[in-house]
Amino acid sequence: MRNAAALPAVLPILVAVLLGVAIIASGIGPYRIPPQDVVAALARRLVGAANPAPIDTVLFQIRLPRVLAAALVGAALAAAGAAYQSLFRNPLVSPDILGVSTGAGLGAVVGILLGLPVAAIQFLGFGGGLATVFIVAALAKALRGGGDILVLVLAGIVVGALAGAAISLVKVLADPYEQLPAITFWLLGSLAGVKPGDVAATLPVVVIGIAPLLLLRWRIGVLSLGDDEARALGVEVSRLRAIVILAATLITASVVAISGVIGWVGLMVPHMARLLVGPRFDRMLPASILIGAAFMVAVDTLARSGARIEIPLGVLTAVIGGPLFVWLLARGRRSALP
Amino acid sequence: MSMTVSRRLFMAGVTLAALALLAVPAFARTVTDSAGRTVEVPDTIARVFAAGPPASTLLYVVAPEKMTGWVRAPREAEKPYLQPAVRDLPELGRLTGRGDTLNLERLVAAKPDIIIDFGTINDTYRSLADRVQAQTGIPYLLIDGRFENTASALRLLADVLGVKDRGEVLAGAAEAIFKQVDTVVAAVPTDKRPRVYLARGPEGLESGSRGSINTEIIERVGAVNVVEGLREKGGLVNVSAEQVIAFAPDTVITLDRSFFEGVAGKPAWAPVPAVTNKRVFLAPGLPFGFIDSPPSVNRLIGLTWLLHTLYPDKAPGDLKAQVRDFYKLFYQVDLDDSALARLLDGAG
Repeated sequence: MRNAAALPAVLPILVAVLLGVAIIASGIGPYRIPPQDVVAALARRLVGAANPAPIDTVLFQIRLPRVLAAALVGAALAAAGAAYQSLFRNPLVSPDILGVSTGAGLGAVVGILLGLPVAAIQFLGFGGGLATVFIVAALAKALRGGGDILVLVLAGIVVGALAGAAISLVKVLADPYEQLPAITFWLLGSLAGVKPGDVAATLPVVVIGIAPLLLLRWRIGVLSLGDDEARALGVEVSRLRAIVILAATLITASVVAISGVIGWVGLMVPHMARLLVGPRFDRMLPASILIGAAFMVAVDTLARSGARIEIPLGVLTAVIGGPLFVWLLARGRRSALP
Repeated sequence: MSMTVSRRLFMAGVTLAALALLAVPAFARTVTDSAGRTVEVPDTIARVFAAGPPASTLLYVVAPEKMTGWVRAPREAEKPYLQPAVRDLPELGRLTGRGDTLNLERLVAAKPDIIIDFGTINDTYRSLADRVQAQTGIPYLLIDGRFENTASALRLLADVLGVKDRGEVLAGAAEAIFKQVDTVVAAVPTDKRPRVYLARGPEGLESGSRGSINTEIIERVGAVNVVEGLREKGGLVNVSAEQVIAFAPDTVITLDRSFFEGVAGKPAWAPVPAVTNKRVFLAPGLPFGFIDSPPSVNRLIGLTWLLHTLYPDKAPGDLKAQVRDFYKLFYQVDLDDSALARLLDGAG
């Protein structure tokens, strides 16, 4: 709780940071466009005029969709992570706790194996993530009436492991020259193939998922006090829990469908937010969303311009996120926990 | 718009072509690719981007002067077997769909006139081609990569790139190799054909099951791939040493030098007939693999090599001379005696 800044003071700063990072990122890339040309191109676009051929393509077909997609992915994963950490009252929880990413990965690699169109692969990824969590929830309910959080997590581990095994089987069956690299790179996470249409399709789903989390942020915060306390305060625990799981699953599955599996963000960003604004969920959630978006935009900029070939996002988030996480924990041991 | 107009002019046979050429940088014509997609390509193509390793090899064979880069940069050992002009082209990465290692901005910056891919034709690759083409505005051509289709693939690409004569020569050579193989194999009774195990990996325990793209060439040369698959179109498999003994192959082809050099000393391999009879062969791989890696036109010389290795009494001509001719014609490099010896070292 120490040094926790007041939310109203911090939010505008975070919004400004996000916008700043996004604007800088829009000017960086392997295809060099000088800053004044970026501004000029944006201005011309706004008045409906055309730009010189490669600039229009690079900026509006390739780079800006990636910047927007990165912001969306980061915000979604951080929001889901924050929600799950509060729900499970455990700071080591990530959006994948119930097997969403593994299930989404399975759906996608099956799509690649079957040679389906890219859009269908994304849809299978999305469906695979949702299906996994529904199976986990049904299994937990059948075992222990659904009330026990521990059973839910254990069911998540089991179903996630099964999905992981199925992914390995698909890898063995896949054509090693075409499908296997596609599968491997897909599972490592990347925004290299993002199209403007992907952003347009994912944005509404993410908004639909984040909205209930934001609207119910006070009640979700009460959940972290424990079930009995929450009930005493008039919160309907199991229904609220179901809503949080559904919302967090929805946003995680939808972004995994366009970015592949990206670890660490959902685990680490809520801790950064907690250090900044304190552990209260109603403050931490908006801060997580903004930090997650800015962090992901910065990391993806590194991924697409750091080397001659694309660096997988999952690799970068682990390399940057791991040490940063340790440093955060060392700095603010007490306030880093919810 | 101007493209359509100038195409109409062209089709109408208006003799203002020279003037129009000055006004419009490139004429467009339409090509139907192996996926049945109609792609509008410029008349003169100077720079081509290959989406994956098989396409890269096909492009190198047909028109090395039009390459913009490699999917994976050639290693030092491979460079002497490539034309000097392409040895140091940059590594650009590959397009695979969702998680490309290739950055699209870099693709645009490389300014290719066209992108080609050579391999499986299915909905994934069809939609990937459509997406990249829509996003970058660069025409994207899919070419069927089946081994049997090699001659047509050479013709299609050469035609698109405006080097029709070279395509005809290469396709003719490819057809001659296939024909030679078929003639030799037809004379060998089915029960006399070799039973081959393809040993991959340092332990030799990774293989490809019947019908897989990795072992396609073994079946094409009339041999029996001893690894039976779970399904019709096999893939890579891991097998146990015990299983290899049970398969009892009379010939082992390996891609791994350390396995090749150590296999005679491995007790587990001692009972395998191929090892007892000293019929373990190391497939050459410079600059491209003879068996696969990548599964592209490079496998043509692998067919010739396998023919000589598996049917030494029946294969016509001198293997070394044929390898030299192939490298001259397809890779446009002259192999001296030491380069040839290094290439075929261990090949039997």
